[in-house]
Amino acid sequence: MSIILDKVDYVYNGGTAYEKRALNQVSLKIQDGEFIGIIGHTGSGKSTLIQHLNGLLLASSGGIYYNGRDIYEEDYDRKELRSKVGLVFQYPEHQLFEPTVFADVCFGPKNLGLSRKESELRAFSALRGVGLPEEYWYRSPFELSGGQKRRAAIAGVLAMKPEVLILDEPTAGLDPLGRDEILNQIASMHRELNMTILLVSHSMEDVAEYVNRIIVMNQGSILLDGAPKEVFRYRQELEAAGLSVPQVTELMQELRDRGIPVSPEVTTLKEAKEAVLQAFSKHRQA
Amino acid sequence: MLRDITIGQYYPSDSILHQLDPRVKLMGTLVYVLSLFFFRGVSGFLAVTLGLAVLIRLSGVPVGYMVKGLKAIAVILILTGMFNLLLTPGEPLISFGAVKITEEGIKSAAFMVVRLTYLVLGSSVLTLTTTPNRLTDGLEKALRPLNRIGVPVHEISMIMSIALRFIPILVEETDKIMKAQLARGADFESGNLIKRAKSMVPLLVPLFVSAFRRANDLALAMEARCYNGGMGRTKMKPLKYERRDGAAYLLLALYFAGIIALRIWLKF
Ligand SMILES: Nc1ncnc2c1ncn2[C@@H]1O[C@H](COP(=O)(O)OP(=O)(O)O)[C@@H](O)[C@H]1O
Ligand SMILES: [Mg+2]
Repeated sequence: MSIILDKVDYVYNGGTAYEKRALNQVSLKIQDGEFIGIIGHTGSGKSTLIQHLNGLLLASSGGIYYNGRDIYEEDYDRKELRSKVGLVFQYPEHQLFEPTVFADVCFGPKNLGLSRKESELRAFSALRGVGLPEEYWYRSPFELSGGQKRRAAIAGVLAMKPEVLILDEPTAGLDPLGRDEILNQIASMHRELNMTILLVSHSMEDVAEYVNRIIVMNQGSILLDGAPKEVFRYRQELEAAGLSVPQVTELMQELRDRGIPVSPEVTTLKEAKEAVLQAFSKHRQA
Repeated sequence: MLRDITIGQYYPSDSILHQLDPRVKLMGTLVYVLSLFFFRGVSGFLAVTLGLAVLIRLSGVPVGYMVKGLKAIAVILILTGMFNLLLTPGEPLISFGAVKITEEGIKSAAFMVVRLTYLVLGSSVLTLTTTPNRLTDGLEKALRPLNRIGVPVHEISMIMSIALRFIPILVEETDKIMKAQLARGADFESGNLIKRAKSMVPLLVPLFVSAFRRANDLALAMEARCYNGGMGRTKMKPLKYERRDGAAYLLLALYFAGIIALRIWLKF
């Protein structure tokens, strides 16, 4: 099970004054069960890229293969693909429309042709999955707070039981608490449901702690692709692309530059604490 | 699909038409529209066609891009053509039972379709070559005399320019919501009429909510910057006529005189 992109190009408004090349020869392979962070400056093509993965945008050139099948083949069912590759757009709360949260979450499963009972079962477990307290389920989506609405909208995609879940900047516009809650929830979905997850963000801080692979986009191309520790070694390249390494990583690299022997490959606060303590104890022994 | 809606949109370029004063272009559009109602016969048709061709050429907007804008009114064009073709009384040329097609019908159908097409193409040149800001300024200044009889000219132009500005925003928003619902398995294309109308609900509800939210945000932003209408407001870039604007007025007058002359003296 995998998604393969082969030299995908995408041009918006080809042939007009507004022509814009948003993807440039993007090739990549996504394996089952991966938890990937897609990072890039605003306008680097992240949203464009992910809309190719479920066939909403069709590449100007290049090929895309889902589980070994060419999704651009004449008889490929792209509607089915959209249910397998669940895509949560940026600000997904703007798409809520039913009178109650619960009914809105049922929209996806109902479109799959499931029975009412099955749809409701799925809505039930999806809402549980995103951790929205039951007291909000039968309210109007417009009465919920920003973070709650966002959860409801994510549940709307989860209820389709996709094999791959893609989230476009799920933390945009949330306060720090809401941000941590959503990210933790996504991480636990990855752990418990063993879903393949792609998390799009323009902030390293968001993803460093959670994902096991980072793809860095810059001006429509893939700049770096690897484990977080590998990617963060390229601090200068990242900065040139308008990105920064996580603050702790930056701190460790600065310390090292000043002759304090800490590992520069630190990405989380916990690791940083250990690295500093280790350096201290070495210092004491010497 | 939705992005084909080009009515009311600006197309960046630095053609001579883009540089003209918006008041000239407003007057030009008026003259052009009038000429579409005045012209008669083949010679008049050739004259307005020539006028339109020159206009499009000068605008620097690709012809394909302009023609795409016609898609939005395709249904209206077809209906108008059909009604004129089938319902115009006269000597029937061909008839199948109750349906008869007359010579007058063919003529008036062709005439109406051409007229509508030219109307949309010609007037879209105005918005394609003028930014909403300049258009508002032009309109406000051109209509200023009406202020004296109590017409809220500034407000009208402001409303118009905001409406124009909102078209692409709402189109983009529709596109986004459509994609988001497609990602949830929505189907906007298949099924009978009732089913399709129903499938619009997941699109229209969020669209209206977002339109109101945006309108509200804009009102707040304007108030936060102390906007209080046109009274005593000055312009950073006041409109000023250049020599080319005078020349353009002259050409317009010649064009209009030509159309009228053709109507009076040439009768074919
Ligand atoms: N619908 C669109 N029409 C035209 N250009 C677009 C559209 N969407 C995005 N773009 C352009 O494509 C580029 C990539 O955009 P996007 O994929 O949204 O970037 P990101 O999600 O990384 O911020 C940007 O330069 C953007 O302006
Ligand atoms: Mg984006």
